[in-house]
Amino acid sequence: MVNPPNEEEFQLSLTTDTPAATDVVRDGILARVQAALGDKIVESLVKPGDDIWVRVRTESWRETAVILRNLGFSYFDFLSAIDWLPSPFGRGEDDPTEPAPVRDNTIRHGYTGGDTRIQMLARVVDPTTSMGINLKADVPDDNAHVESWTTVYAGANWHEREAWEMFGITFDGHPDLRHIYLPIDFEGFPLRKDFPLLARIVKPWPGIVDVEPMPGGDQDEPAQDGDAQ
Amino acid sequence: MTLLGDRQQLSYIASQAADARVNLELETEGMTLNIGPQHPATHGTLRIIARLDGEQVVWVDPSCGYMHRGYEKLTEVRTYPQVTALVNRIDWLGSFANEVPFILAAEKLMGIEAPLRAQHIRTILFELSRIANVSLFLGDLGVQLGAITPVFMAFRDREYVLNLIEGATGGRFHPNFDRIGGLKDDLPAGWIDETRTVMKKLRRFCDEIEDLLFGNEIFQSRTRGIGVIPRDIALQYGMSGANLRASGVDWDLRRDQSLPMAWDKVDWKVWTHPDGDSFARCWVRLQEVRESTRIVEQLVDTIPAGPVMTKVPRIIKVPEGEAWVCTENPLGEMGYYVVSQGDLGPFRVKIRSASFNNMSITPWLLKGVYVPDIVTILASLYFILGDIDR
Repeated sequence: MVNPPNEEEFQLSLTTDTPAATDVVRDGILARVQAALGDKIVESLVKPGDDIWVRVRTESWRETAVILRNLGFSYFDFLSAIDWLPSPFGRGEDDPTEPAPVRDNTIRHGYTGGDTRIQMLARVVDPTTSMGINLKADVPDDNAHVESWTTVYAGANWHEREAWEMFGITFDGHPDLRHIYLPIDFEGFPLRKDFPLLARIVKPWPGIVDVEPMPGGDQDEPAQDGDAQ
Repeated sequence: MTLLGDRQQLSYIASQAADARVNLELETEGMTLNIGPQHPATHGTLRIIARLDGEQVVWVDPSCGYMHRGYEKLTEVRTYPQVTALVNRIDWLGSFANEVPFILAAEKLMGIEAPLRAQHIRTILFELSRIANVSLFLGDLGVQLGAITPVFMAFRDREYVLNLIEGATGGRFHPNFDRIGGLKDDLPAGWIDETRTVMKKLRRFCDEIEDLLFGNEIFQSRTRGIGVIPRDIALQYGMSGANLRASGVDWDLRRDQSLPMAWDKVDWKVWTHPDGDSFARCWVRLQEVRESTRIVEQLVDTIPAGPVMTKVPRIIKVPEGEAWVCTENPLGEMGYYVVSQGDLGPFRVKIRSASFNNMSITPWLLKGVYVPDIVTILASLYFILGDIDR
């Protein structure tokens, strides 16, 4: 453990200067993508110096991939999903002897918003400029299915198999939708937030009772839950 | 696509055609061959089910998941500092390199940056884990072809690098040394001199391997023109790292994106190879170890003075947002998509590991090859099972 630094010494290392308000390169890429995709885009976001996010309509998920690949985004990075429902089990650190705490279960979507609980998340990159786009699309709540990307990017095959078994999203047109990691008779979709992490439920997390003072740390101040510095 | 164009490749194609003719005339029945889950060529527990026609593979199904540990789910119940202990175990031969992109993503969300000295030391340790990882690959390559000697040399010389990592971090395999905002500790005294000596040893090891293995006629005939991956196929499968550069794509995430690391401060070269075959993949990796030793040597000479830890709160809460950070790990592109909702731990972490994409090409790549080539192609793709299964 490093001794706590004094404030003046460390001002230099912090990124105190505000990032550039505009990013010409990424704005240019987004303009090109917007022109190509047209009204398929629901919402888009550029964080200057960081990344691009684009949310497209569910029904044009596959078409988006075709258009972007033809625009030069030929490198398939990954494909997955996000379940935006806050976990009903918290972080699995509830004391089993106490009554279960009341949790706020309103869905808060991330960048570019959303209307459904589960969203697709994928990333494609242009290998010549090394600029990528994070793509999102809503997955219908009642019947979770989107079009498959396998005919556009061959590498999507395994990623879609993984998303299918982990989130229960069906990919229309996928040639070989079967389990990749889990046993064939596995029930449930583990990465959905309402799937309990049983190891944390049958045995309380020992971190709850972590009161050992940190070596070399401030002895007066008791270590707190979630503090691993 | 391939520039081999010589007798070797033509004879390979001709022999394949001849075999196909024999199979047609004799009406041989197909057979199913099971490789693994325990096999020296699988670097862990990977099972490969191959349907054969004579000596040729007609259909192959890699069956992974024997080592699935569910890290994406486990990150959701851990705090940010605790996650590094998990992600260490993804690619266990280059553990430190797995920590870096996650820490960078968390730092990006918090809007902080590690001090320059920490960035330098991070880069040094990152390259050391690449050397440890890939030097073992270079030795292991011989084993897949029946040459036993190189693996002993690799284990001997990798030990020097592991000693360095242990000297700086305290852990040989799982350093868990990276912290949000910097590093756990500074380098110990005498470490830099030791590093210079070891880098010379490692370059000598590369020369030895090049003479012993890459110049070997058997090695060349077993790898040249075999397992060719064209450029566009490699891209759409999301191959990365040396596998992509061996297909002629000049793309290295260390050079082509700006990260708060020290790669842009030194002089080094990205190696590519136009052939895309097994030999090219092995050759690019050999050159990368050499470049890594050069990077480390230059960096240890220019480590800036200063602290290794920036000011971070005692209890780390990451502001709401999403961040994607990827780095060029020993196996290829390793990235984390971190979603934070302002809590102590991440809301969701998508782990994009290199080997998963690199392996997903095998059903396409192994179609039509001969049975003994399965092993050399898998070896040249270089995957770690922990990196596939996560």
